[in-house]
Amino acid sequence: MTLIKIDQQSWAAGIDKVKADYRVFGPVKEKNDHEFKLLEQDQMPDFNCQNTRLSPKSIIYPQSQVMFTYNLDENAEDCRIMKEVENVTSPMAIIGVRPCDALSFPIVRRNFDTPEYQDTYWIKAYEATTFIGLACNSACGTCFCTSAGTGPFGEEGLDVLIIADGDDLYAKSITEKGNAFIQAAGWSVKADTSLDIKVDKMKTAAESSICSSVSTDQLKDKTTLELYDAPFWEQEAFSCINCGTCTYVCPTCWCFDVQDETHGKSGIRMRNWDSCMYPLFTYHASGHNPRDVKYQRVRQRFMHKLKYYVDKYDKGIQCVGCGRCIRLCPVNIDIRKICNKMNSFDAATSVCDTPSS
Amino acid sequence: MTQYTDKIKEIANRVLTEGKVEMVIGFRKGSVPMMNQPHLATCAKSVDELVWDSSCGLNLANYITDKKGSIGVIAKGCDSRNIVTHIIENKIKRDQLYIIGVPCNGMIDHHKINAMFDTEVQNVEDSGDSITISGSGFSETMSKQELLAENCAVCTHRNPVEYDELVGDLVEEQKDVDQYASVTKVESLSADDKFNYFEDLLSPCIRCYACRNACPLCYCPTCFVDESTPQWVGKSQDPTDVKTFHLLRAYHCAGRCTDCGACERVCPMGIKIREFTKKLNKDCQDLYGWEAGLSLDERPPLDSFRTDDPDEFIK
Repeated sequence: MTLIKIDQQSWAAGIDKVKADYRVFGPVKEKNDHEFKLLEQDQMPDFNCQNTRLSPKSIIYPQSQVMFTYNLDENAEDCRIMKEVENVTSPMAIIGVRPCDALSFPIVRRNFDTPEYQDTYWIKAYEATTFIGLACNSACGTCFCTSAGTGPFGEEGLDVLIIADGDDLYAKSITEKGNAFIQAAGWSVKADTSLDIKVDKMKTAAESSICSSVSTDQLKDKTTLELYDAPFWEQEAFSCINCGTCTYVCPTCWCFDVQDETHGKSGIRMRNWDSCMYPLFTYHASGHNPRDVKYQRVRQRFMHKLKYYVDKYDKGIQCVGCGRCIRLCPVNIDIRKICNKMNSFDAATSVCDTPSS
Repeated sequence: MTQYTDKIKEIANRVLTEGKVEMVIGFRKGSVPMMNQPHLATCAKSVDELVWDSSCGLNLANYITDKKGSIGVIAKGCDSRNIVTHIIENKIKRDQLYIIGVPCNGMIDHHKINAMFDTEVQNVEDSGDSITISGSGFSETMSKQELLAENCAVCTHRNPVEYDELVGDLVEEQKDVDQYASVTKVESLSADDKFNYFEDLLSPCIRCYACRNACPLCYCPTCFVDESTPQWVGKSQDPTDVKTFHLLRAYHCAGRCTDCGACERVCPMGIKIREFTKKLNKDCQDLYGWEAGLSLDERPPLDSFRTDDPDEFIK
């Protein structure tokens, strides 16, 4: 492991420098909380936050995104022809991505970049982006990344991992993209190899600060229909108000709805994030709704993340343990509790042995 | 607070055992600080999970809408006013309900408390008049009055208005509070400044609809934003569509809103949504001398006609 050591001055100079080559995003304080924003000139990413309220998902996959334009003027040559909007993305860098959020990108990629289908909008934005992670030195009470496929120093999905040690920063390049970014920033001071031991210790300490977890080892072996018919869904869904908070704050929720908006004789075809919590999500043109009542929608969200995804890809759960849905759910539906219930569910006895989260 | 919890459990057990109700709707302790969870108790085991403290701010009237059967429901002042509103709007029958009234001293504001500290709030201890907030490397005890949700700080109906049984003695109502200070401030702005104020207020909205869904008044079978033939409102993050949703929703609550604050409490982005409903509450007060949900015998001003209704707008 070769670490690059960056002091505060060269950090600021480097960020300033890379803005010539990249559109740089980072966490900044907005009203009461931190959000990822495009950094303006002289604006620095603010690392003084445990994590942003919303994940950086929207930088690659905006909540509303125009895909096509059209013209309804019968006299025009291009009448009723869907024209793809310009879809060229200049290089972007997202600085300060926490390892949990970083893991969400390879997870979401399994949906948007498949052998059969390539979502050009998502892929182009993703490929143009360099992900600069920020290791977590301490965890929130709702963090459970270590049982969701990553950890506070996790590297999957990142091009560079930054480790903050007081005023000093250490950068570890993980990919070629990462090398290019570090070079563009002009950071070149190799850290003493003795630092590796210190960083290992920081990593161990950070991992031990994660105090909650989920059990996922049994999920794959459960019979889908037995879980689907489990008696706990109605009870667990009682408090749910079917808002879209959990799905919108989730870094791994990828569902969208396509809408046409016509103004006069021209229009746009766009996609907007959608949520399986909404009745409209599954409302058929016939008037039938296969997920008519709320417990069915709650069940869908958890079954998708913790069972269907697990079965389809065999790459763990579709959750990175960031804890946002737990912190922001207005009625305290806790994915840790539901996951553990699913993992320990025994249809034969219908007994749920739920360790408290 | 433990007296309230004990009494709630005692009543819930009794009404369930006597067969007065089939279920009791209350709160259980949440898995994160200040986030108690609405809870359905149907047996002794689930009754034992019921709690009461200063984090029971959601409005439980939202959980009785169109429910069948006999229901016990825990109700603080605002919940009881929304239950009254439900009854006069025919969403539930009075004789289906056993209302367990909770004289309330206000609920704390989790948005405000979380924003007060740079590091995560890990524990919140409720000792009645004081609240101790702690996390890694800090612990602070503050008076509850300073930490109240804004609607609770200006509440003048802390006691339930309709109940079958109370869990404790009635509390003294707050007097001499300026309920509409925030509205008066916005009213004094110029049209442009008002526009900018609301634009800024709503800019963080992610259209999750938590405000609508936590509101006991928002029970339309299909909300206007969800209708597709015709589609009244766009679905994107277009600021006009976002504003349309919030403004129309607020108007739909005119003369019905009890200022329970559920909309604001549940907003994941911490938007002060009451800025809209509060103005309409003030108008109802000024024009009709009306506060929602205080009586089962009086029709709301917007679904009744009186010869002395204000009519200055007719020229």
